[in-house]
Amino acid sequence: MAHTHSIASVDEQFEFTAESKRRLTIGIVAGVVLVGIGAYLAAKGIGGHEHAEAAHGAAAHGEAAHGAAAAHGEATHAAGGHHEYKWTTRLWANVWVNTIYFTGAAVIGMFFVAYNYLAQAGWSAVFKRIPEALPAFLPVTGVIALITFFVAGHDLFHWTHEGLYEVGGPEYDPIIAGKSGFLNTPFFLIRLVFYFVSWYLLWRIVRKFSLQEDLEGGTEYYEKSIKYSTAFLVVFAVTSSTSAWDLIMSIDTHWFSTMFGWYTLASWHVTGLAIITLTVVSLKEQGYLKAVNDSHLHDLGKFMFAFSIFWAYVWFAQFMLIYYANLPEETIYYRERFSGYGGIYKAPFWINIFMCFVFPFLVLMTRDAKRTPIILKIACWGILVGHYFDFYNNIMPGTVGEHGGWGPMEFGMILIFACAFIWSVSVQLTKANLIPKNHPMLEESLHHDI
Amino acid sequence: MSHHNDSAKFLVGVYDDDEVVLKAVTEVKSAGVRIHEVYTPFPIHGLDVALGHPRTRIGIAAFLFGLTGFLTMVSLTFYTMGYDWPMIIGGKDNYAYPAYVPVMFELTVLFTALGMVGTFLVSNGLGPTTKPLMFDLRSTDNKFVMAIDLGKNKKTEAEIATVLRASGAAEVNVKQF
Repeated sequence: MAHTHSIASVDEQFEFTAESKRRLTIGIVAGVVLVGIGAYLAAKGIGGHEHAEAAHGAAAHGEAAHGAAAAHGEATHAAGGHHEYKWTTRLWANVWVNTIYFTGAAVIGMFFVAYNYLAQAGWSAVFKRIPEALPAFLPVTGVIALITFFVAGHDLFHWTHEGLYEVGGPEYDPIIAGKSGFLNTPFFLIRLVFYFVSWYLLWRIVRKFSLQEDLEGGTEYYEKSIKYSTAFLVVFAVTSSTSAWDLIMSIDTHWFSTMFGWYTLASWHVTGLAIITLTVVSLKEQGYLKAVNDSHLHDLGKFMFAFSIFWAYVWFAQFMLIYYANLPEETIYYRERFSGYGGIYKAPFWINIFMCFVFPFLVLMTRDAKRTPIILKIACWGILVGHYFDFYNNIMPGTVGEHGGWGPMEFGMILIFACAFIWSVSVQLTKANLIPKNHPMLEESLHHDI
Repeated sequence: MSHHNDSAKFLVGVYDDDEVVLKAVTEVKSAGVRIHEVYTPFPIHGLDVALGHPRTRIGIAAFLFGLTGFLTMVSLTFYTMGYDWPMIIGGKDNYAYPAYVPVMFELTVLFTALGMVGTFLVSNGLGPTTKPLMFDLRSTDNKFVMAIDLGKNKKTEAEIATVLRASGAAEVNVKQF
């Protein structure tokens, strides 16, 4: 019975132990070593390249691979104007995949906090500090994104080549030139900076209120948080779509999808939810968050379940129309991923759909599964892996194409970013009581029972 | 519930407060009285646990209805479009399964929705031919009503009425169907 539940103490201070720091450091060092090995292999031409050559030779794949490659040449590399492939492109493409992935994970923390404030939701108050800790990583990914764009912009983003816009020039591409009002370097940079700055600043404001509320109490900070959360949601409603176009969709410059903004938001959102859930469950296992009960876990499980279905719905809506309309300039996007480049993106393509939809759909369906920490953790890991491949699949074919692959470089890069992300979140968690003890909705959250 | 015999006799305890009725459930049960059901104007957290009701199987029912709908449409599309009368539409394969997904989804949802409406009517005794048991009309407004089936209890009517009053019932009425 709900009313007889004994509520655990809400005074909890998270400790970022030396042991955790040591492990994360080892993780980052191991990641750097792996990236080094991967870079060495890539520079020597071992890895993705070998794959593609083998597949090019195979008669069975020949037609599909060459067909896609030819069309791709036309789509992404204007005739004659493409410079030689450099192995560093794969390195930077990897940085970009992880930057996008962890930018999403970070900003969804603010998204979660914001819509919970706007809806005046009570249930989530007890673990609110976890989503609230995620966006601190935004400056890191923001700076990396800027550096990557300056260093490797020409390798990753075909539209940055100036020749494409010279009317009558050898590289002139009327389709890309037609997009230059939006897709030009100065405006792109302004937008890029605006996304990170606006998301980060609005988070800082709401975070400050939250920490202040812990000290002073009252409902004043709660009311203010609702206002700034609403402002964030208005900003994010637009920027979540435009950032998806800029950061991901512009790589395949000719191709566009009106579903893409929602599709990326769905992917980011469920990734963020999986990270929040995984953090809550892990903290609980370490003896923190004693006040989080089965019902909170159940609701987090429902959230992941529902938004995995939402992701699948948006994925399919985008795919279905392109499949049925069968217009060459649209289907090329899926052909590249499904059968192009010797089929090297076919496995990630299916892993993506399986891990992001089928797996969480079946695993999280029952009530018991959503209340069992170990099953929640398995589902979280499945979702996190699946959505990594979502971004991998959206970014890699358009940047490295046949030179792509999955090896030490990819794994090492994830390791570096993931350890840095966990570090950033852990530091944020130490900065305040783990449970927002003066949150006006805390009492409701402590008695959450479904 | 839907198949009660016509001469059933019930004692009906009427409570004013949700907290009181929740506590009363435990007290009445521990006094050895079997509770038929408790009717409340709004859901009370923990009431189902206190009453000791088995976990609802409504999820399993929903899953099976959904699966039926899904398999129905899988069979229908593949049989008609692929096997029985193959047609080339839009240059697609005869078994153009991506194109069938929307209608498979629709039938999954439709079967689940209609199935759940049916399940709701049957399990609550609200079917067209069933006569619903209404113990006290005020349980739809502001009263919390506990029904005790006298035929299924060994204690006498007077004993049970005492237990109900002791547990906080504002009124104890007799209801005959």
